[in-house]
Amino acid sequence: MNERRSPLQSFVIYLGALLILVWSGGPFIWQFSTSFQLDKMLTSGSPSLIPHPFTLEHYYNAFVEKQLHRYVWNSLVVSLATTFLCLFVGSLAAFALSRLNVKGRFGILMVILSVSMFPQIALVGPLYLVATNLGLLDTYTALIITYLALGLPLVTWVLFGYFETLPREIDEAARMDGVSVPGLLWRIILPMSLPSLVTTGLLAFITAWNEFLFALAFTSNIDRQTIPVGIANFTNLYYVPWGDIAAASAVVTVPLILLVLFFQRHIIEGLTQGGVKE
Amino acid sequence: MTAAATLPGAGRPRRLGKALPGAFWALILLTPAFVSLASVSFYPIVNGLYLSLTNTSLITQDQDFTGFANYVQLWGDAQFWNAWWHTIWFTAASTVLETVIGLGMALILCEAFKGRGLVRAAMLVPWAMPTVVTSKMFGWLFDGQNGIINYLLLHAGLIDQNVNWYGSPNTAMITIIIADVWKTTPFMALLLLTGLQTVPNSLIEAARMDGAKGWITFWYIRLPLLMPTLLIAGLFRALDAFRVFDLVYVLTGGGPADSTETLSTLSYKVLFSTLQFGYGSAVSTAMFITEGIIALVFVVYLIRQIRRAQ
Repeated sequence: MNERRSPLQSFVIYLGALLILVWSGGPFIWQFSTSFQLDKMLTSGSPSLIPHPFTLEHYYNAFVEKQLHRYVWNSLVVSLATTFLCLFVGSLAAFALSRLNVKGRFGILMVILSVSMFPQIALVGPLYLVATNLGLLDTYTALIITYLALGLPLVTWVLFGYFETLPREIDEAARMDGVSVPGLLWRIILPMSLPSLVTTGLLAFITAWNEFLFALAFTSNIDRQTIPVGIANFTNLYYVPWGDIAAASAVVTVPLILLVLFFQRHIIEGLTQGGVKE
Repeated sequence: MTAAATLPGAGRPRRLGKALPGAFWALILLTPAFVSLASVSFYPIVNGLYLSLTNTSLITQDQDFTGFANYVQLWGDAQFWNAWWHTIWFTAASTVLETVIGLGMALILCEAFKGRGLVRAAMLVPWAMPTVVTSKMFGWLFDGQNGIINYLLLHAGLIDQNVNWYGSPNTAMITIIIADVWKTTPFMALLLLTGLQTVPNSLIEAARMDGAKGWITFWYIRLPLLMPTLLIAGLFRALDAFRVFDLVYVLTGGGPADSTETLSTLSYKVLFSTLQFGYGSAVSTAMFITEGIIALVFVVYLIRQIRRAQ
């Protein structure tokens, strides 16, 4: 912003930037390094950032002993299903609120958004009873239905914001060409909204991938438990297997981080719109 | 185009978009979202309210209406108040720290410097990481024996023996607050940054021309203009912090000696360990009410701030 900075000001800014970088990346880099170190090195009293000797033992333990891949599979199924459902239901709602003449649409949006403020612990008890009665405990279905509702407010809100930026002349032109309402959404608005759909899809995916409370309550079997529940239960009888935990953490976090870094600009735009505006 | 414009609807009258009013489609398109939110959010809240007035228990199979008996019991329950105070303390401390440190980060990011894109990208890492992973990661960083934090502090001469961070009632809550601040501050900073970027540069330039020092322009121009963003971001953060569950449940499970028990972890234990769904619902409803009060205080303050600004 200001080109004429004193050396001191420059120093403070770069120092601050470095601190933010260490803050954000440091702990995970240490966790990542830990995943490649032998247990005896981790408890040696002289920690080193460079793994020496290098080992894949913890990855072996995570997958072979703790069956990490089964949790990963469950998480993938649940998160992907949630993402597509969220995008589908969310874009219908956002489209209706943005493009059709809905009375009190901002009121409706506020209600939808305020739902995301409900404490989840207040929902988990009654939903557990419903799931029990319907025989849905230990099923993907219970998790997907729940996560759909958890992700929906933010997805609808962000998509609504994006739809609002598309010029209304398109609607009128399409109508005049005889395009029906669903056609307008499916063939015109959605193809124009791909960047926003990718971002919101990613947000829905992360919500489902990271969710712990409902997964903990609704599943008790490795056939259906998701990654957060799996990692939370990563304990050995006599000691805490920090190396194995670090390996599992790296496996489930690195892909997420790469995705987020790839789409970072869209995410920041999408979320700041969802979080702060109005 | 012109023909269609002069004869609206004449060309293809059978199209649904023309034949049916927009309200019909709006209803159809909004229904899935309403059904989802009604069944997974509104129904449980209402059902939870009802359950809190019963003695429902999955062990005794009771399900009788008992009026406010649960709330009377709650009022005299030391464990509940213990968790209530912890939650309030956690919410206040983490929200204030996250807002202040986040503002500092945002002010740095507001300046142009080499590698700004990298720093902004890195700030999304803590946000994207599953909270359970964060919790385990801090368990390792703050381990009482081999944790790197103890090692660094010891070698910097700041402590003279290892601190049993989350294993001791004195420091466990602090460790959890640090973990939460680590995870959510960078994101808070990104939110505040977008707020800061809407402050017109011309205002700051004008103040500089008049000889205002950096911190004066911050205090009298940027901060007041940023206030609404700051308060809304703070509100969202506080409501979120108030519900803290994953971090506590995984790192300490509410211990040691209940020193980190929060309302969410207490509710969860009453619900799923003792299976007292009636009493557990009373705890979570009390939590819901407290959360509503927090939101109300923020909103009233926000409206007052905006009125004063006008």
